[in-house]
Amino acid sequence: MGSRASTLLREEEIEEIKKETGFSHSQITRLYSRFTSLDKGENGTLSREDFQRIPELAINPLGDRIINAFFPEGEDQVNFRGFMRTLAHFRPIEDNEKSRNPTASEPLNSRTNKLLFAFRLYDLDRDDKISRDELLQVLRMMVGVNISDEQLGSIADRTIQEADTNGDSSISFNEFIKVLEKVDVEQKMSIRFLH
Amino acid sequence: MCAARPPPVSTNPQSYSLPPLLSQHGCRMAALWTLPLLLSGCLLGCLALTPPDELPQPHNLPPLLGFNGSDGGPSVDLPMALRVFSVDYHHVQAPFEIVLWIMLASLAKLGFHWSGRVPAVVPESCVLIMVGLLVGGVIYGVRHSAPPTLSADAFFLFLLPPIVLDAGYFLPGRLFFENLGTILWYAVLGTLWNVLGIGLSLYGVCLLAQSSLGDVSLLHCLLFGSLIAAVDPVAVLSVFQEMHVNEQLHILVFGESLLNDAVTVVLYKLFESFLRLPSVSGLDVLLGGCRVVVVGLGGLCVGLFFGLVAALTSRFTSKAQVIAPLFVFLYSYLSYLTSEMLHLSGIMAIVTCAVTMKQYVEANVSEHSNTSIQYFLKMWSSVSETLIFIFLGVSTIQDVHMWSWPFVCSTLLLCLIWRATGVLLLTAVVNKLRRNAVTFRDQFIIAYGGLRGAICFSLVFLIDDFPKKRLFITTTIVVILFTVFVQGMTIKPLVELLDVKRKKRALPTVSEEIHSRLIDHLLAGIEDVVGYWGQHYWKDKFEQFNKKYLRRFLIREDHQARSSILRVYQELERREQRGDEEAPPLVDPRSHSRLLLPEEMDSIRRILSRNLQNFNNKQTPAYSRHTLHQDTTMDRTRKPLHRHQSLGERHTYNTITHWPQVEDGEFSESHRVRAGLSRSHTVCSISPRPVLQDSSASAQTAPADPRPAGDDQVFPQHQVPARRTPKKQLSFVLENEKQQ
Repeated sequence: MGSRASTLLREEEIEEIKKETGFSHSQITRLYSRFTSLDKGENGTLSREDFQRIPELAINPLGDRIINAFFPEGEDQVNFRGFMRTLAHFRPIEDNEKSRNPTASEPLNSRTNKLLFAFRLYDLDRDDKISRDELLQVLRMMVGVNISDEQLGSIADRTIQEADTNGDSSISFNEFIKVLEKVDVEQKMSIRFLH
Repeated sequence: MCAARPPPVSTNPQSYSLPPLLSQHGCRMAALWTLPLLLSGCLLGCLALTPPDELPQPHNLPPLLGFNGSDGGPSVDLPMALRVFSVDYHHVQAPFEIVLWIMLASLAKLGFHWSGRVPAVVPESCVLIMVGLLVGGVIYGVRHSAPPTLSADAFFLFLLPPIVLDAGYFLPGRLFFENLGTILWYAVLGTLWNVLGIGLSLYGVCLLAQSSLGDVSLLHCLLFGSLIAAVDPVAVLSVFQEMHVNEQLHILVFGESLLNDAVTVVLYKLFESFLRLPSVSGLDVLLGGCRVVVVGLGGLCVGLFFGLVAALTSRFTSKAQVIAPLFVFLYSYLSYLTSEMLHLSGIMAIVTCAVTMKQYVEANVSEHSNTSIQYFLKMWSSVSETLIFIFLGVSTIQDVHMWSWPFVCSTLLLCLIWRATGVLLLTAVVNKLRRNAVTFRDQFIIAYGGLRGAICFSLVFLIDDFPKKRLFITTTIVVILFTVFVQGMTIKPLVELLDVKRKKRALPTVSEEIHSRLIDHLLAGIEDVVGYWGQHYWKDKFEQFNKKYLRRFLIREDHQARSSILRVYQELERREQRGDEEAPPLVDPRSHSRLLLPEEMDSIRRILSRNLQNFNNKQTPAYSRHTLHQDTTMDRTRKPLHRHQSLGERHTYNTITHWPQVEDGEFSESHRVRAGLSRSHTVCSISPRPVLQDSSASAQTAPADPRPAGDDQVFPQHQVPARRTPKKQLSFVLENEKQQ
């Protein structure tokens, strides 16, 4: 499997992915071998079942939503490009990137894009707002069965209260960014991919 | 993330229960303290029975514990006829004394835990050493000769292996291998740094204090440095029990203390052999370096070999399940002895053996055997540890101590300084390569928590005799006592002081907590997708190799777990786990727009901290000497294999209580009674036979028939069949799959 994998990934593809995501050559090849090991059907794309086969993801309370985040809108298969594009959000922000030309398009792993990824975990209907119901759903997933609906409701209310500045009882993306300004998102939402 | 605050004052008066409680407590204390009195009586009786020895032998061969020469015991002598009553102590002396020592140690430990406020302040090791000091003093007073000391042989061959085996068997595997690089970094380089630093500086001190310490050569100093620099796993663990360190820090210190044995032993033996050589050349130093590698890797290989053989043996123990635990102990001990015989690192061998065989043995042997193995390991290691500390105390009472202020004080100081600088430097380098940086608080704990223990003590006795050997022994004892007492007792308050400074920041808002937790889960999920685990590539390769060859070879056919139903079990386990947590206090539901009161904020925080899944930075140590922590990794999936049937049971019990409102009065009354009765049974042995009897018919007969509670097998039949069958079907499916 190992040698087959590297021949399937062409140099030009690696270059394109490198440009788009910022990963290094060796990181891309390593992640490609992971991609192929997950791809049991060996057709070059991953389906939802391939992800669900990862045992720890099954116990993760947000497992389904995380899997969803890999698949583009309405599709059931994700190819390697899409896989890398999603993972690019979690690349650590390096110092030399911070001083880049501000007019260039934002890299996928900028703070804003990281927060947008997290925001989309809540916001399933993509209306750029976290409504009370969406918040309740996620809370229920994270908290378990032991808490009554009233208690959960008050927690959700408090969360919205803290964030909501324009009084529409939902959290917009900007409000979300504002609430998390004290949290070190760059460090929390980064995985150190081995060189 | 946020500290749980104490609950609001309850209004239940508790004063009514005080008087009975007091007398109960008093009875208990009285009962408890008669035991040690009895025991000390026994001990003194023993001493009195054996006449005092001849003068103690030269101190570089301390007598083996309890095996002092003594003549036959006296006996009550009737003039001529039959001896109706006689005492023959000599016959049982050796085992009797050993048992008495172990009994004393264990009772002291018991007393320690019952003694109220003491465990909060003083770590257990300190109390045990003090008890040892007391006993040693008593023995010295009675016999006017040195009490039995801990011989190096007894320590290395009998007392140390159980502790290390216990540590290796319960080693949190994933955590250990994730941090293996850092651990090796600290163990190898850190120990080298300490040894060379302390050795050379001590030599400098000796040169300065030429008058009193002139005859201590450089090699002697280096030898002393090598044995005093090593951090001792026994002492470290016993102090860390009481502290709340996160598991990453725990594994760093613990792993380091285990692995630095290879370096320590090699350096010690190296310097010792250098001392015997007429001269030391560069080649010898190079060879010494090679020896470190050989010793470490050799120990590893020996351990691997024995671990695999043990795993293979356990595959065939199905017909004689009772002796299955024995193989675990025998093979581990054998690996230790073999590597000691070959002058390799015994600790590494036994740890490797335990780590290797664990997963296969656990899959092969029955649940009861597993429990036996775990409990025996804990018991033996506890006894060993207690004995070691008591003997440390006893052995401090010696006849001849050589004291030298400059040497002792400078040793103490240098130990602290070199360890601190070593940790700081090494961490600065290693933080660049790690994901979770080792924080300053962690570095402080690592540096300050480097306690020395019985390993140094035994090693110092093994030195060839030379004029200043007594000084070395005394200094070692002082260093051990200082680190265990002073550092052991003050580390907790100091750490809390450091934490207080961190807590001054504002408490996180509810939003921050929830969103941070979301991000944590997200990251964990992405890490699992990426398969990120430090050296994930090798881990993946190993897992494939493991699955294809090792597991098939070493595990019984019918026990090889199936991955297809793994997920289902995990889901069940997760749901069951959540249902097990206690109900949090209620928060009054109010309208949406009102500002929440501070108490409500507190209760919200409490709810969140208790219920949001907590991981990756757990505040509990993953390894504990005194309790069996549930391992929260894949091993959990095996428990449902044995409990899935009970799951069905438990869920049905919940539905019982909902029945009464459907039925008429009398009928529901008996149901409630039955529910109460059978609720108290946690019986899980339900046979998977389908219960298809006519539920309405049996329901009719229920009120007229006050059957005893033992008849709860009948109970499941009263269930709404619809509710029950999905779970039963599930368990049937699983049962059938299992049998394939």
